[in-house]
Amino acid sequence: MIYLDYNATSPCDPKVVEAMLPFFHEKFGNPSSLHSLGQEAKKAIEESRKEIAQLLGAHEDEIFFVSGGTEANNLAIKGVVSAYEKKGKHLITSVIEHHAVLNVFKTLEKEGFTVTYLPVNREGFVDPDDFRKAITPQTILASVMHANNETGVIQPIEELGRMARERGVIFHTDAVQTVGKLPIDLERLPVDLLSASAHKFYGPKGTGFLYVRRGIRFIPQILGGPHERGKRAGTENVPLIVGMAKALEITLKEQPEESQRIQELRDFLERGILERVPEVVVVGARAPRLPNTSMMLVKYVEGESMLLNLDFAGICVSSGSACTSGSLEPSHVLLACGYPHEIAHGSVRWSLGKWNTLEEMKEVLAVFPDVVEKLRRISPFGKEVIHHV
Amino acid sequence: MYSEKVLEHFRNPRNVGKIENPDGVGKVGNPVCGDVMVMYLKIKDDVIEDAKFETFGCGAAIATSSMATELIKGKTIREALSVTNKAVAEALGGLPPHKMHCSVLAEEAIQAAINDYLEKNGRSHEQVPARDISCEA
Repeated sequence: MIYLDYNATSPCDPKVVEAMLPFFHEKFGNPSSLHSLGQEAKKAIEESRKEIAQLLGAHEDEIFFVSGGTEANNLAIKGVVSAYEKKGKHLITSVIEHHAVLNVFKTLEKEGFTVTYLPVNREGFVDPDDFRKAITPQTILASVMHANNETGVIQPIEELGRMARERGVIFHTDAVQTVGKLPIDLERLPVDLLSASAHKFYGPKGTGFLYVRRGIRFIPQILGGPHERGKRAGTENVPLIVGMAKALEITLKEQPEESQRIQELRDFLERGILERVPEVVVVGARAPRLPNTSMMLVKYVEGESMLLNLDFAGICVSSGSACTSGSLEPSHVLLACGYPHEIAHGSVRWSLGKWNTLEEMKEVLAVFPDVVEKLRRISPFGKEVIHHV
Repeated sequence: MYSEKVLEHFRNPRNVGKIENPDGVGKVGNPVCGDVMVMYLKIKDDVIEDAKFETFGCGAAIATSSMATELIKGKTIREALSVTNKAVAEALGGLPPHKMHCSVLAEEAIQAAINDYLEKNGRSHEQVPARDISCEA
């Protein structure tokens, strides 16, 4: 099997599994318990917090453990808006956000907030000028993702964060796709809140964290005990938190070398497909992009049928975003880039990770052109064009 | 999410392609919605001698097209017009709920191709018993 869907999820690093195991059965204490077993667990999560904070240039008291990227985004946006709503009723985000952000803003609109959804250009890139113009004295929070999960396009969050800070606007970024893939230094990066999810960087599913800069207030969204300094109730998921810290440590240590290696593989795959398959567009090719992601639009064929044929050949990819595969609408991200529906339907996303090899890319290049050719033979579209290529 | 039968028809679709000088052609669907089906029929004395299709769409769209052509080959146009979307879906061992519209498309493609044949021969659609095309999809 060739796994090329790392933006959807990644397998746990075996060293991560090893680090987690004792906390399921031997060191199983509740971190809130005062006995030694509980304190052992408490120590483990606090060490994990310290590790994560250090790796990202943050303070320990700025890291809050949550159940994953979706909860981190919900907590960041709803939490900040609840804390600052007396200051203003205007919010800013972008049209290409993950649904875990977009749907929160849509709910806030129903509650009386005004939301500006920043557009993107053809490359899937948010224009900082649009951001600057969108800020009003009423703006309390802006949320723009660090890199898009579908296109891999990296947004200018440093510039946006700086503008937000100058105008007294709190800035959140959904960094689910970048933590582990790009170096992040929160001491330098003008970001007030940042969401991360462990399973995107070889950690376990079901855990993540929200970074909240000192001085930024937010109202907890899950109420109960005094866990996470009263900001997120619920017994801490000790094994998963330990695994997440271990995963981040390993991933960031390997990151500089891995990024380069993965980018070379991605570029090899991309070049190879463009050489072999006519009428393919790489989305965001001229924008700064994550080294592991390639979103392609293949004309005259539909994405799911490519995905299924690749799956028959043992190759796992996504078409658009896995979250939208149950719906009939093409990806909102591709539509936002200005691609027409019929083109956006023909999307295939390759996202690479640390266990991919050059041999695998060659295998994909041997399979994919035939997949497209077969589907184009079935399709009523584009025959004249293709025969002339 | 797909049945074995759907995957099998998707993998090895029957009757792919065009028919030269077809007696009836039906084009349904919309590329904006992500699926377009074109059905070509060769008809002699109101019997469907051959049926072929070209489809742009998901796995279910291709599988239902393939199954639809199989179900109507050798049938009279009257029999073919009574092939419902449900019959196509059932022949495929069922479809996921959000893919039922693909079977509706297949039913509509059969109907459109036969209507085209009737029109070309100066016959009105009314000569074929009117049918209820509403469905649960």
